[in-house]
Amino acid sequence: MSDEAHLGLRLAGLALGAVILQIAVVSQFQIFGVNADITPLVVGAAGLLTGPVAGSIVGFSMGLLIDLLLFQTLGVSALVYTLIGFGAGRLRELRAPQATFTPLGLGAAATAVATIGFSMLEFLLGVDAPISFLLVREILATIILNTLISLPVYAGVRRWLRPALPEDPRRRRRRAYTTGGLSPLSRQ
Amino acid sequence: MYDKTVRRRRAVLGLLVALSLILLTESFGSRTGGGLHSVQRGFLTVLSPIEDGASKALKPVHDLFGWFGNTLNAKSQRDKYRKELQVANGEIIQAQAAARVNAQAAATLGVDQRYNLAGDGPVTATVNVRPADLFNEVVGVGVGTSSGVEPGDAVVDGDGLVGKVATATSNESFITLINDSTSGVSATDNTTSAVGIVGPTDGDPDTLTMGYLGAGDIVKQGDVIVTAGTVQTAGGLAVSHFPPNIPIGHVTSVDTNDPGAGVHLAPMAKLHDINIVQILTRVPTA
Repeated sequence: MSDEAHLGLRLAGLALGAVILQIAVVSQFQIFGVNADITPLVVGAAGLLTGPVAGSIVGFSMGLLIDLLLFQTLGVSALVYTLIGFGAGRLRELRAPQATFTPLGLGAAATAVATIGFSMLEFLLGVDAPISFLLVREILATIILNTLISLPVYAGVRRWLRPALPEDPRRRRRRAYTTGGLSPLSRQ
Repeated sequence: MYDKTVRRRRAVLGLLVALSLILLTESFGSRTGGGLHSVQRGFLTVLSPIEDGASKALKPVHDLFGWFGNTLNAKSQRDKYRKELQVANGEIIQAQAAARVNAQAAATLGVDQRYNLAGDGPVTATVNVRPADLFNEVVGVGVGTSSGVEPGDAVVDGDGLVGKVATATSNESFITLINDSTSGVSATDNTTSAVGIVGPTDGDPDTLTMGYLGAGDIVKQGDVIVTAGTVQTAGGLAVSHFPPNIPIGHVTSVDTNDPGAGVHLAPMAKLHDINIVQILTRVPTA
């Protein structure tokens, strides 16, 4: 099996598993009065690890799956999650983020785009709900909660995708050194 | 190569966004029926068993998180109810204290009628200073010479004799209680008319002792001791600061071997729980 097919299968499994996990388990309990939503975090992590094309495809697929399973207006989540996946992938390309806490910022941003974007689209589609303090509070609480769980979610996604990802040059170099290879400093 | 990558990326994004918008438009345009909804229903039919299975399989995880959530919720509720209970307890205590003070006030206000003290110029006062140690049985009240209070005035409450005014300033007076070591009240047995002096009992502030009984005087357990209204002086009987017939206490024990020194009384007034008193400002005349 080619590397791309392997990665595609892993991404498909990730998308399906994350959506079912979200709907069947995570959405069933509340923390701080709101539900955590791992789907934007998974889309963001997938985009950050695989790039904008794969990220946007994963986002579209997960969004469509959510719309289908929750019997929502088709395309709303798909559109928002496509943008999240693409944005996360572009972040990888433009900034080459290596900081440990990048997933935290990405999780907060992805959740903000998801919740605000979803609310805006629903309003545009004519959902008859007032913009209240309650809505703002819920959006903020969801962003904070998702930010808190973004690191473990990112770690889980990376662990799942790692066997299919192209090997990280930094990791390869480090492994060579620790397994007896010459230190870059000693190579004159 | 780079241009190709960029073009591919943009094409994928554009395609997916366009697809989303088409789906959105179609789905929104046919809210109740249409082909897309049939697809959606079919998809749900296929995936809902998987969803149910996952939900059941992951129920222990859900229950675990639910347990944590419920525990945290229960703890926060417990803290909240504990605070509410503290507030309620405080209110109950305040209400009980107010009721107690009211009862004492009502009893004190009726004492002048009960013991016929209206002619003794009773001045009602609230206790605002209490004894700080075991050796000085003195309380302060918020009335003084400006209200006619003078040192030596008798002080009563709803239950009986409390003491006498030791010192008085214009707006404050200090009362020596009848169990203070310096106190002595001319008293008589209300049943047998035995006369003596009621003073403190050494080392026991809750008990009074009646001494200096005359030869042949009899005092029995349960007798009520009241103020005599007179005092024996070198020149004969004189009028006491304490009007007659104010209850002091009832006899709790009599030492049969030495009844003169062993008559113990329980004071009528609750000397450690006085809130409102009446000071008799007019000294009885002979």
